[in-house]
Amino acid sequence: MQKFTTLTGIAAPMPLVNIDTDMIIPKQFLKTIQRSGLGKNLFDEMRYTLEGEEIPEFVLNQPAYRSAEIIVAGDNFGCGSSREHAPWALLDFGIRCVVSTSFADIFFNNCFKNGILPIVLPQEQIDVLMADARKGANARMTVDLEAQTITTSDGESFGFEIDPHRKHCLLNGLDDIGLTLEKASSISSFEAKNAALRPWA
Amino acid sequence: MSAPRTLYDKIWDDHVVHQADDGTCLLYIDRHLVHEVTSPQAFEGLRMTGRQVRAPEKTIAVPDHNVPTTLDRENAATMTEDSRIQVAALDKNAKDFGINYYPVSDVRQGIVHIVGPEQGWTLPGMTVVCGDSHTATHGAFGSLAHGIGTSEVEHVLATQTLIQRKAKNMKVEITGSLRPGVTAKDITLSVIGATGTAGGTGYVIEYCGQAIRELSMEGRMTVCNMAIEGGARAGLIAPDEKTFAYCMGRPHAPKGAKWEAAVAYWQTLFSDEGAHWDKVVTLKGEDIAPVVTWGTSPEDVLPITGVVPSPSDFTGGKVEAAQRSLDYMGLTPGQKLTDIKIDTVFIGSCTNGRIEDLRAAAAILKGKKIKDGMRAMVVPGSGLVRAQAEEEGLAQIFIDAGFEWRLAGCSMCLAMNPDQLQPGERCAATSNRNFEGRQGRGGRTHLVSPGMAAAAAITGHLTDVRELMVENA
Repeated sequence: MQKFTTLTGIAAPMPLVNIDTDMIIPKQFLKTIQRSGLGKNLFDEMRYTLEGEEIPEFVLNQPAYRSAEIIVAGDNFGCGSSREHAPWALLDFGIRCVVSTSFADIFFNNCFKNGILPIVLPQEQIDVLMADARKGANARMTVDLEAQTITTSDGESFGFEIDPHRKHCLLNGLDDIGLTLEKASSISSFEAKNAALRPWA
Repeated sequence: MSAPRTLYDKIWDDHVVHQADDGTCLLYIDRHLVHEVTSPQAFEGLRMTGRQVRAPEKTIAVPDHNVPTTLDRENAATMTEDSRIQVAALDKNAKDFGINYYPVSDVRQGIVHIVGPEQGWTLPGMTVVCGDSHTATHGAFGSLAHGIGTSEVEHVLATQTLIQRKAKNMKVEITGSLRPGVTAKDITLSVIGATGTAGGTGYVIEYCGQAIRELSMEGRMTVCNMAIEGGARAGLIAPDEKTFAYCMGRPHAPKGAKWEAAVAYWQTLFSDEGAHWDKVVTLKGEDIAPVVTWGTSPEDVLPITGVVPSPSDFTGGKVEAAQRSLDYMGLTPGQKLTDIKIDTVFIGSCTNGRIEDLRAAAAILKGKKIKDGMRAMVVPGSGLVRAQAEEEGLAQIFIDAGFEWRLAGCSMCLAMNPDQLQPGERCAATSNRNFEGRQGRGGRTHLVSPGMAAAAAITGHLTDVRELMVENA
């Protein structure tokens, strides 16, 4: 997994609430057996016409936001399915950070497994960040994971909360499975105890 | 004496393998369900690192998301090349890693959340995960069940555990009894309508109250299935005699002395008097009407007797979202919901693809025909549901009414297989999501119960099922 330390980049404003995983990556692109290559279909039905032409009004098609690395979004971003194709598509496009008032649980988890940082902030601060994102390509925000801050192009800075374990894994690009397998003996002793207590399981 | 605990607390406590100082837990997973769409990258990860599946006997795979449901599906030409590759990959992964498997050719094949309970893999007090958000379904048995992403699928395959932080406890109580024509689907949609799609975020919901106790296991599965649409990590219902009766004799349920021991343990699985709830929502069962969704979020719920709302009825970001929904759905504020014309009806999915759902729809359709020009299909949740419906004569009722009688799969719920809406087509669906493009790009979805779907198929517009119940009585 790619480390996440600091990021300075363009933020795309997406104020719509309840942006769901079907919007982020429609199901016809879930038939891949790989993780890569989904960026071109990120937000496919909002981004392209039925004929495959770009829809110029869509934010990521606008010249200022074509290389955005941050999304500032409306409430409940990533609701819907468990498809990890959603963060894979975001990452493949180049998005490393999404900021919203709230995220759906599974999407939120999936981000951390892919080096993407989801940041939860209160509405008033999202409003400030959304206004900053609307300024376009010259307004670059900075995210500092170590310091747990996000800073607008005007230098206004907000702190954010993050689970310490997840922060550690993101900062160091750590693989969860490797960490868990270090506890293999705990898993074995749980299994032994469980076989006696709940033999039907 | 220990402090009173909720059902969620009890299941959680019995599955903690390790707790770190910061509260992060390693949770043991009793059952891991796997399907073809969210698993290929996970198995590939195992191969690349030379890891094995830690507990293949607790891992169950079935292809469901993109298998065709037409009767000629054994003919490989009915599948697109990429779908065929995904199903072939699951065939190979199941064989290579020695996990339990129900291939397309097996009569027990079906939607993973219907197969798990049907085969007795899902039992009370277990932890159940699957790379699919509707894993919440299994909570109907009082098992802690939730969806996970593909990285977590790989984590569970390799370690039989999941890294988790505990969610908060939310109680949703449905008091009293439901009125005639009102179903489990109306309960679960009404709860989402009341709490919003993010109302359950950060919580595990326990559904309780008389109306929940009075539901069959099928109905309880419908309620828990959509906990995720309310944002909750999982939905739970405490097991009772109905739960035990459903589980008894299932192929993978315990037998003999093990059964007795299991029931004794299961009887301890309830929320203690005085347990702490972080959030409580109460609805009166008798206040719940047959409902329908008008927009593109499952929270856009109204009684069928209502009218299409106006964006000005909402506040904040929902104003813009409501306008976008109305434009997408092609609806006008003030329009009666029963005036909305329907051209497609879909009965099936992990929400409403069980035998009881087919019975409810067939009861409305018996002796009737669907509207001219209507496209209607029934996709049973599993091969065994399909066989039972044929035995009970339900299949013939559907066929006589003009429905297509399909083979088992997820089908038009997420439209990954060829069962899709065309742009502008409008569907009354018993599935769980009305998102833009969910059933096909430009397709318009109204979520309803099976009886309401059957009623719409007959009349050609959204219809209050209670009117047709009077006719059939």
